Amino acid sequence: MRLDQLPLRSRATVSAIDWAHLGEADARRLRNLGFDEGVEVQALHHGPVGRDPMAVRLGNRMTVAIRRAHARAVSLAVEEVASAA
Amino acid sequence: MSGLPLVAVVGNPNAGKSALFNMLTGARQRVGNYPGVTVERKAGRFALADGRPVELVDLPGAYSLDPSSPDEAVTRDVVQGTQTGERRPDALLIVLDATNLDNHLRFALQLIDLGLPTAVALNMVDLAERDGLTVDRAKLEAELGVPVVETVAVRRRGLDPVREALTDLLDGARPRPAKREATATGDDLVQLQRRARAIARAAVAEEGSTARRLSHVLDRVLLHPLAGPLILIAVMFTMFQGVFAWSEAPVGWLEGLVGFAQDAVRGAVGEGFLRSLLVDGVLAGVGSVVVFLPQILILFLFILLLEGSGYMVRAAFIMDKLMARAGLSGRAFIPLLSSFACAVPGIMATRTIEEPRDRLTTILVAPLMTCSARLPVYAVVIGAFIPAREVGPGVGLQGLVLFGLYVAGVVGAFLAAVALRGTLLRGGSQGFMMEMPKYQLPHWRDVALGLWQRAAIFLKRAGTIILVSTVVLWALLSFPQPKPGESALDASIAGKAAKGIEVLVRPIGFNREIALALIPAMAAREVAVAALATAYSIQDSADGAEPSEESMIDNLRGRWSLPTALAFLMWFVFAPQCISTVAVARRETNGWKWPAFMLGYLFGLAYLMAGLTYWGATALGL
Repeated sequence: MRLDQLPLRSRATVSAIDWAHLGEADARRLRNLGFDEGVEVQALHHGPVGRDPMAVRLGNRMTVAIRRAHARAVSLAVEEVASAA
Repeated sequence: MSGLPLVAVVGNPNAGKSALFNMLTGARQRVGNYPGVTVERKAGRFALADGRPVELVDLPGAYSLDPSSPDEAVTRDVVQGTQTGERRPDALLIVLDATNLDNHLRFALQLIDLGLPTAVALNMVDLAERDGLTVDRAKLEAELGVPVVETVAVRRRGLDPVREALTDLLDGARPRPAKREATATGDDLVQLQRRARAIARAAVAEEGSTARRLSHVLDRVLLHPLAGPLILIAVMFTMFQGVFAWSEAPVGWLEGLVGFAQDAVRGAVGEGFLRSLLVDGVLAGVGSVVVFLPQILILFLFILLLEGSGYMVRAAFIMDKLMARAGLSGRAFIPLLSSFACAVPGIMATRTIEEPRDRLTTILVAPLMTCSARLPVYAVVIGAFIPAREVGPGVGLQGLVLFGLYVAGVVGAFLAAVALRGTLLRGGSQGFMMEMPKYQLPHWRDVALGLWQRAAIFLKRAGTIILVSTVVLWALLSFPQPKPGESALDASIAGKAAKGIEVLVRPIGFNREIALALIPAMAAREVAVAALATAYSIQDSADGAEPSEESMIDNLRGRWSLPTALAFLMWFVFAPQCISTVAVARRETNGWKWPAFMLGYLFGLAYLMAGLTYWGATALGL
């Protein structure tokens, strides 16, 4: 699953990030914000139009806003899907 | 400055860095720019434990030493000692958000590895407690190898421990941290990140707590797909109603004060050149601008509160998709919203937008956001021509028209951005990627300081540019003296120049006084009001009557038709650039090409829109 497909309130762990897909500037920014393999993420909110952008909890503490187009580059290993819980 | 030791305050955005800086330096700060770049330099003084002064500089917030914006580049260059116009700091004070160590420690580690004497302010420990987090200060100190002190900058807690730590650092009482060469490549960053997380895990104990969900609960409401945008609209609407309604009383006081001063001068100075200069030139001109200080302060109060509370980023989140439709990013929302106060800081705030075309588009449309300097113009004309009645519970017609003018600017900006992104500035789009800070109650002291800095800038403008241009205009309007039977305005230099402009603007319903006011409005928009006041005041004197005691509003009501007034409002929505905006656009785009383009397209748009308004209103028989 990719980050843009993660249902709201579901948790997952980042398994891989396609840095090349992002381009240099966006990749640097994403890395600076703390995106990294092995980090836990949770989808919190969607923007009002087209469910874009999304607000993602990174680790335990930080919330980051990211567009779907970028979230697509982040692959996940799903831990817990909210609808099932 | 002098050879005082320099301490740089540095940290992540949203770590409470500026609040800490305010706590340490107090109200006396000097705000300037780094040479050659448009990054703000904020400096102040701080006394060590033994009273020795040090200079403190507040560096732009950054996530790492691998910069993604010009602001972050300045931070890197200063701490590495390669920034022109700044000596290398003698010590660093790192501000860390105690609630977000997992993500913010990485930058702190990079900074510590520079090997400068360093102390860490573990800020917002109160919020960490609220979130059920206990940070083991001693353990963090041991892991980082530099002194760590706890602070709550917005509540002014931790001032003395910071003072002691900085005193020790500058006395060399503690060994410097070891210097490590960093390459700042991706792999290095990942290693650093892992080290940071390991330290955070070791130093932070977490207990379950429901209180920590506060930001979460607020976000569920404020970012709700339906409620969120409605709340945003309500907030914006309240802001603009507030600007009008709350300023009424203080505006009245200031007007009274100016009138009192004019009477005093009339009493003290005999009829003649000096009296006319003081009463009609200086006091009428500057006075009619200064009375708008309350409105400008109310607007800035809202902007500072929205920024300080963390809501501003939520607004950007809600707006991002719409901004994307215009080819912009949610990041452009903050510079554009700031442009409601003034396009100059707004355009400067576009530095956080990395993508050059994104940024250029934002700069080009920023002047369409109705800046506070246009408020005086709107206020006078709306006051004169729009009846002050309620059209619904708590909704005044005047406020509604004002809101409409703001909306016209926003719609114009949206369309201009779409057009620019589809033609001249096609291609390349940057995403919207930013941290969403916790909600917090801004401290009144930080808000007051921000307001004071804005008020000072405004009054300085009123005291310099506006004073000079109104006096020059007064002179242009007063000389040469009229021959018998000729009106003062017709005889004057400005009257003759305005005749030329009048030919151009007559088709869109503008008279000669307006043509005249458009000249100094180039210096600063709000001068248009002062210029009209001066022009009408002088006309009154020449008509044989005593200089008019009646307010500007009554004056306009008798002289302009409604279509003219509406066209004038529309002109101000789109057109006149103030010189400062053009100057800052030149600086930010490194040349005259884009500012010239901006002038051209905005004047064209203004002429067209004012014309359509005038012709339309006339056809409707208004």
